[in-house]
Amino acid sequence: MAYSDKVLDHYENPRNVGVLDKNDPNVGTGMVGAPACGDVMRLQIKVSADGVVEDAKFKTYGCGSAIASSSLVTEMMKGKTLEEVGQIRNKHIADELALPPVKIHCSVLAEDAIAAAIADIKAKRGETDKEAAVAS
Amino acid sequence: MSSLNIPIYMDYSATTPVDERVAAKMAECLTNQGHFGNPASRSHPFGWNADELVEQARDNVANLLGANSKEIVWTSGATESDNLAIKGAARFNIKKGKHIVTLKTEHKAVLDTCRQLEREGFEVTYLDPLENGLLDLEVFKAALREDTTVVSIMHVNNEIGVIQDIAAIGKITRERGIIFHVDAAQSPGKVVIDVNEMNVDLMSLCAHKVYGPKGIGALYVRRKPRVRLEAQIHGGGHERGMRSGTLPTHQCVGMGESFRIAQEEMASENERMRVLRDRLWNGFSDMEEIYLNGDLEQRIPGNLNVSFNFVEGESLIMSMKDIAVSSGSACTSASLEPSYVLRAIGRNDELAHSSIRFTIGRFTTEEEVDFTIKQTRQAVEKLRDLSPLWDMHNEGIDMDSVEWAAH
Ligand SMILES: Cc1ncc(COP(=O)(O)O)c(C=O)c1O
Repeated sequence: MAYSDKVLDHYENPRNVGVLDKNDPNVGTGMVGAPACGDVMRLQIKVSADGVVEDAKFKTYGCGSAIASSSLVTEMMKGKTLEEVGQIRNKHIADELALPPVKIHCSVLAEDAIAAAIADIKAKRGETDKEAAVAS
Repeated sequence: MSSLNIPIYMDYSATTPVDERVAAKMAECLTNQGHFGNPASRSHPFGWNADELVEQARDNVANLLGANSKEIVWTSGATESDNLAIKGAARFNIKKGKHIVTLKTEHKAVLDTCRQLEREGFEVTYLDPLENGLLDLEVFKAALREDTTVVSIMHVNNEIGVIQDIAAIGKITRERGIIFHVDAAQSPGKVVIDVNEMNVDLMSLCAHKVYGPKGIGALYVRRKPRVRLEAQIHGGGHERGMRSGTLPTHQCVGMGESFRIAQEEMASENERMRVLRDRLWNGFSDMEEIYLNGDLEQRIPGNLNVSFNFVEGESLIMSMKDIAVSSGSACTSASLEPSYVLRAIGRNDELAHSSIRFTIGRFTTEEEVDFTIKQTRQAVEKLRDLSPLWDMHNEGIDMDSVEWAAH
């Protein structure tokens, strides 16, 4: 399979690989996917008191497109408010990376990871969230 | 020091390059100066010459099998041979019974043929192999019935390289008068074949795994006791009516020459490959969480199939960008299913997704093996640093205890 230049770039030089302390009250963690399906994404965001994403980290087990999707998402989220971050859709990711149809599910997984990370931080802060978490 | 040719080819079980000696012989059968005649032309030397070359090639193929050349039917490849063998034998013997026995780790050319026969009203038993990939003979015996007419068990598995005990299976099928088909596409030049000692009735072969051209294969069809088939391709009655169509002289000659060389050089080549394969395996052996798929002893020397746990195969291949290998992982929305062969030998989905098949061959060098070890290790290390599963493993978390949100 041929990969787009953007996928290759994120794959070769993944941005924001790493781990934030999941017990930190300001850190939201979202982990989605399953090893049996061939992809697992862990996305973490550090959110300021006024709801701005100050830092984002990821680790991903999966194909090149899954890794690139999560790397891209960490870049997209930094500096945005939780509300803005919550509006990132898989289509934005897929378009930006020029994912072929068979890889769209990687961008869907990244969107799920964002939702799960947001739900986690909201839960930690006692804010209820109607869009419940996928898994954390 | 020889220089490395990048990318390095480590996918000899997918196909092989045509040996120069084979290509030279093939080239003599094409042009106006060459033996271009139709082997079926009986009325002039163009036809006679071509026919002679095709028959020499048939002898070479038969010799490798310990067969008579009258028992060799040319086809377009192993896929066609599998189709002709299984459909041909099952349909011809339909009055005797409609039960077929095969193995879950067979090539799709066998499995999909069986599926088609199921749609036509045949009944197929798909046997589970043992964890090492081999067929348990007791399980096999228990699956045979009064109405079993055809058994199809492969010789060498294309993914994990394990070698089934064909002679032991053949003894059982012969005693019971069941037709025994063997897909031996991966065998020539790697393991000794003797269709008589093994009691094989039908055997599928192709040239392109043996340094011959793509698009040509053969089916061995036993004459004593005679095995009869229903033809699948009808026409001018070539190949004793079993497979019509003008014979492609250059292709037949290419297959014949590649089989001649394979037989001649098998012993020395196997020894050389075993050394290279062991070197490759040793290069990984101190890594954590790696698993060899398939039996190490009952296995062709050119195959190494390894799961690098906590790393996904497709991204691993992407990282091993100077090495041509294949993976048991398929991460597409059409199929999130990992290799059915690895699943059939009981590997869990994670390990199946993490597998890489290295297959080495005639032109593999020690330098290539060393380079492959180095780049593979770097790739695995990089991806494990990226892998949340690797983190969890190091924290001592049991993956099976986690509730994953399967998607
Ligand atoms: C075991 C086995 N059977 C059948 C085939 C199909 O052979 P062909 O490509 O000649 O149709 C292959 C190779 O792809 C194979 O490895």
